[in-house]
Amino acid sequence: MPEPDQSSGAKTETVARTLLVALVVSLVCSSFVASAAVLLKPRQVANAVLDVRRNILRVAGLYDGGGDVEQLYRSIEPRIIELETGAYVQSADPEAFDPVEAAKDSALSVEVPAEIDVARIGRRAKLARVYLVHGDAGIDKIILPVSGYGLWSTMYGFLALEADGNTIADITFYEHGETPGLGDFVGKPAWRALWREKRLFDESGELQIQIAKGHVSSDDPMADYRVDGVSGATLTGNGVTNLLEYWLGDHGYGPYLRRIREHGGDL
Amino acid sequence: MSSAAKRALLDPVVDSNPVTLHVLGICSALAVTTSLLPSLYMCLALTVVAACANAAVSTIRHVLPGSIRIIVQMTIIASLVIVVDESLKAFAFETSRELSVFVGLIITNCIVLGRTEGFASKNPVGLSILDGLGNGFGYSVILILVASTRELLGAGTLLGYTVLPKVADGGWYNPNGMMLLPPSAFFVIGLIIWAVRSWKAEQVEKPEFRIHEVHRTEAL
Repeated sequence: MPEPDQSSGAKTETVARTLLVALVVSLVCSSFVASAAVLLKPRQVANAVLDVRRNILRVAGLYDGGGDVEQLYRSIEPRIIELETGAYVQSADPEAFDPVEAAKDSALSVEVPAEIDVARIGRRAKLARVYLVHGDAGIDKIILPVSGYGLWSTMYGFLALEADGNTIADITFYEHGETPGLGDFVGKPAWRALWREKRLFDESGELQIQIAKGHVSSDDPMADYRVDGVSGATLTGNGVTNLLEYWLGDHGYGPYLRRIREHGGDL
Repeated sequence: MSSAAKRALLDPVVDSNPVTLHVLGICSALAVTTSLLPSLYMCLALTVVAACANAAVSTIRHVLPGSIRIIVQMTIIASLVIVVDESLKAFAFETSRELSVFVGLIITNCIVLGRTEGFASKNPVGLSILDGLGNGFGYSVILILVASTRELLGAGTLLGYTVLPKVADGGWYNPNGMMLLPPSAFFVIGLIIWAVRSWKAEQVEKPEFRIHEVHRTEAL
């Protein structure tokens, strides 16, 4: 760049010059940012896919930081179900199905009735992808994708159930925008550990699982259906309760889980 | 290396450290230092942004109208931070998730804007890059010290490897959970500032006022 002469200081202050500099800086910066975003997109998408798989494995109890994700993921069987009936759909390709895209297509999705849309989902796809983990004696775990609104953001996670379709094995939220250091407990191992062995439905088949206010004492009669909340992050906790209420209800995985409880996973 | 270049690069490490002397960049120093690995990425991100922002601002310093200079500097810094954030998401996905908003918050880190406005807008490109790198190093030294202390005492590990075996795993070390909470970063940074200012007494600020000694006659 040529060194400007002494008089350039005065010239830089004209209105036209100021506008020109602002325009050029904006153009250069925006094309810089845009090209970085476009160039890095494929890698980020690949990372996101890998991360989802890692989370499925983690919630299935098959992954704790070591091992090849692709290799381990082969033991997971994705299946497509029709939410309304709870039946498996054989014709659909489980890997190609995209629930987010399907929810935008009015032919492939249904409106969630406002009175039961506690998780603020709006529309959901008619189909859903679940993941089955096979053990020595048939199905070992069932992993259900769940999503719903917390305080700031839609939280996306997985709920892993034991083969009885009622006992919780693990839960994780892999994508959310909850308050860092406060509401982000939903992704933390310590909180996830509290869910183990909790139950979703009581003897009469009513959904009972909830995040409690504060700590749940073990002599609470409902202790099997309550998980500790975090004070200061009540709304995030309510969001988790709401999304479970929706997804495990009749409009969500309810029919599917009823089939599991009646016939086992290999229906 | 000329003495000016050496000063631009090395002065910010101890003598005019952005964290301990100017007490800037504290927000991220508190937030990301619970463990060492995310801190290292944060240091790298800030150093890259500070050096590139200094280079860019220094390059256009003669054509930059004074009336819009701050907003132009912010635009440049913000663009760099977005690119760094996107790169972390592409190449260090897990860590970028742990750092969450704090990489984005480099935009508002006073160290970066302070150097572009205070140094790069008046100095040649080469020297400005060195100054950006130097300030990045100064920030990094403190972050690494704080993060090592917190991870070691709070979890008994460094970079995830066990150094002090925990009682829970059959070892002897009882981890200090407070070290993993934000207040401990304040304590550790405070102790570092105290240590640096005991060593380099010229960094001690003059008190803004002194408590006045009262004479017996005045009190009456």
